[in-house]
Amino acid sequence: MLNYIVRRVFQSVVVLLIVGLVAFSMFRFVGDPIDNMLGQERTQADIERLRTQLGLDQPFPVQYWRFLENAAQGNFGVSYRQGRPVAEIIGERAPATLELAAVSGLFAIALGIVLGVFTAIRRDGWASNLIMTGSLIGVSLPTFLIGILLIYLFSVELDLLPSFGRGEVVDVGGWSTGFLTVSGLKALVLPAVTLGLYQMTLIMRLVRAEMLEVLRQDYISFARARGLSERVVNFRHALKNTLVPVITVIGLQFGSIIAFAIITETVFQWPGVGLLFINAIQFVDIPVMAAYLMLISVMFVGINLVVDLLYVAIDPRLRGEGNTA
Amino acid sequence: MSAILDIADLTVEFPTRREILVAVDRASLTVSPGEIHGLVGESGAGKSTIGAAIMALLERPGRITGGTIRLRNEIISGLDRVAMRRLRGCEISMIFQDPLTSLNPLFTIREQLTETIKAHLGVTDAEARERSLDLLARVGIPEPGTRLDQYPHQFSGGMRQRVVIALALCSEPGVIIADEPTTALDVSIQAQILDLIRELANERQVGVILITHDMGVIADTTDRVTVMHRGKVVETGATRLVLGKPSHPYTKSLIAAVPRPDAKLHRFPLVSHDGRATEFRIDDLARNWNRTRAEAGKPLFEIRGLAKRFLQRRSFIPSRRKYLVAVDSVSFDILQGEVFGIVGESGSGKSTVARMIAGLSRADGGTILYDGKPVTGSGSIAWYRRQIQMVFQDPYSSLNPLMRVDAIVAEPALHHGLLSGKALRRRVDELLEHVGLGAAAGLKYPHEFSGGQRQRISIARALATQPKFLICDEPTSALDVSIQAQILNILMDLRERLNLTMLFISHDLPVVRQMCDRVAVMRNGRMVEIQDAEALFAAPREEYTRSLLSLMPRLDWLAREGIEGQIEG
Repeated sequence: MLNYIVRRVFQSVVVLLIVGLVAFSMFRFVGDPIDNMLGQERTQADIERLRTQLGLDQPFPVQYWRFLENAAQGNFGVSYRQGRPVAEIIGERAPATLELAAVSGLFAIALGIVLGVFTAIRRDGWASNLIMTGSLIGVSLPTFLIGILLIYLFSVELDLLPSFGRGEVVDVGGWSTGFLTVSGLKALVLPAVTLGLYQMTLIMRLVRAEMLEVLRQDYISFARARGLSERVVNFRHALKNTLVPVITVIGLQFGSIIAFAIITETVFQWPGVGLLFINAIQFVDIPVMAAYLMLISVMFVGINLVVDLLYVAIDPRLRGEGNTA
Repeated sequence: MSAILDIADLTVEFPTRREILVAVDRASLTVSPGEIHGLVGESGAGKSTIGAAIMALLERPGRITGGTIRLRNEIISGLDRVAMRRLRGCEISMIFQDPLTSLNPLFTIREQLTETIKAHLGVTDAEARERSLDLLARVGIPEPGTRLDQYPHQFSGGMRQRVVIALALCSEPGVIIADEPTTALDVSIQAQILDLIRELANERQVGVILITHDMGVIADTTDRVTVMHRGKVVETGATRLVLGKPSHPYTKSLIAAVPRPDAKLHRFPLVSHDGRATEFRIDDLARNWNRTRAEAGKPLFEIRGLAKRFLQRRSFIPSRRKYLVAVDSVSFDILQGEVFGIVGESGSGKSTVARMIAGLSRADGGTILYDGKPVTGSGSIAWYRRQIQMVFQDPYSSLNPLMRVDAIVAEPALHHGLLSGKALRRRVDELLEHVGLGAAAGLKYPHEFSGGQRQRISIARALATQPKFLICDEPTSALDVSIQAQILNILMDLRERLNLTMLFISHDLPVVRQMCDRVAVMRNGRMVEIQDAEALFAAPREEYTRSLLSLMPRLDWLAREGIEGQIEG
């Protein structure tokens, strides 16, 4: 088991190095940051000085190595645009994105599984048909359109929920949270639903398909033939088997929730890292972009590691080796 | 003794959009305590539907439309869901066919046993655990204390079926329905499981309905038997009587199609009861066949020291890698024009040998000489592949469902560039005619055919390149007896009239006896014994062969009507 984790962590580090390399080599094509940083009255000497100061005159591998060296110590450099340490900027913005992602992820998983199981058990009922048809809308509408529709309905017409921002936040040990105030919670609702709707319908459809497959298995018939109640058969025997493949997809989707947050954050003016990234691209703020991409890939890799461990926890067949009698 | 289960005039219908399908048509049977009642018939006969109807587990839209099912004189057909659930697993239990899929892989044996015991007996955890231990010990699982907390994948197939039986016994049922309980198991394990069922029936006075298509199991295990055909009961009575002196023509034809371990038949009599037999036009086929003169007694294959191992544990360090030796230095010859059989239990390596000879998997050691030329090693073996073809076990997964039948049959000839255009079309049409399907079959897709018809398509495909050598890997083990008889007859025709040499792999000893000239017995990757078939069955040299032979069902008392004229020797 320990062996397995060590191997997975090692693989994760390799993945991160490759992501970093790819990201870094792409920055060479985004444009020259010096252009944006210096005004119209720059001299060639100014340009050279800044270039040397920022290390941009070094060859590419040296730049990458220096970045890795600093990143390993938690130092992601100084933002070209804001002139503050990148770590500090991201530290301010990350809680917003993480809270949004967590809430919409939970919303997607909980509702997706419940609806998926429901539509699988009542396969031919009118309610499940309605849900299945409705879910097509969730899958086919683009995120920004859903966001705008929700804003129009709940903010403009009904005036129930705020249309932008995080509301009031409370600072808890350097982490600014919106969970503790009413306005903060209200502000979370629309962005979370917008961000999670697509994932929710996807998880629901997947759970339904898997569940229908599992319900056809012999061990389900055998459980029924042993006189176990429908509740035990559906929610104990069938659901656990359904979750094995579903977890993989949930893991991948959770990563993309964070990545997709860019669009939602733009629509709702949510002060998270996605918005930060968009601004950074506009300004060719390489340290911020690099730190953001590394952060996202750390999350992806971390989530997938967790998923693999969950897999082993749920499915005994993946534990140990060679123990057949 | 009064019957514990009494089924009278049971009718089960499956309404479909176009018509009402009558799966069971006024079937009656009774089971007494302690009795094993066999329910035999070919696929589609409705025998499993009766089992499901008793349990009220019919798949939708099936429903009981007539007749009654009584348990201890009380009508249980038509009970509501809750009442039925109390009976299930409590008064009536069921054992499923495949022990590998009938246990939930994510729960321990203990969890599955105790939840069932608690559902029916309402006892505490400790009592349920106690009872679980007793049950595991009773069904013959060693060290029940440690086994209890293991997961299903840690048990072998036979052990899992014992666990399934323990689950069926959780609350002392009066009736057990066993639906093909040993079909997925090896012969030796099959014998043990059947013995266990027999013992339990006696000891606990349980009435058992044993549903199977295997006449050998019926003959060896059951007290009484009911023969079903197309939803109707055709004959019922004491097993000795029904199988020894059958009165219905269908029973007679079914018994005549059973391969006998005690007599080799020239051909199986195709006493077709309902016109299911399809002709096979060997004469037409033989006329156009490019025959090479076979020199009898000269080896076609010389196989020396053939070996195969599979990696079980990977590791960077070679010495830490663990291998499973599937085939361990096997040597034999296959003579021209003979049918060479390999028998053995699952895991003995017989299919691996076939795959290596077919060139589907690379040998890790040893040589294969075909007609004096090596086919192992690095050189191209396209010339060799052109001369060999294979017929696989499962007629469902061995035909690509998205390809039309004419394309399937044409593919080998096309691949080897032997024929094209009109000539190829003609060859395909002829082959489909010859195997008895008709040229029009080429326009259909595989799912439109039954298992036996699909196996005919496989044979047509194998014959498309006019091969010299045919590998048959369990070609009939997925088929009904009467269809099996047809396919075996076809293979015998091919061998006799086309001079085909064959490698015939099977775990079914009576079938091997009917088909093969010489037989090799494999066990754990080694060849235990190679002998002429007659000598092997009459006087086996090795202890293992003897024990295998002793597990064959004794069928010498079965009716011989219809096969007398075919017995050889």
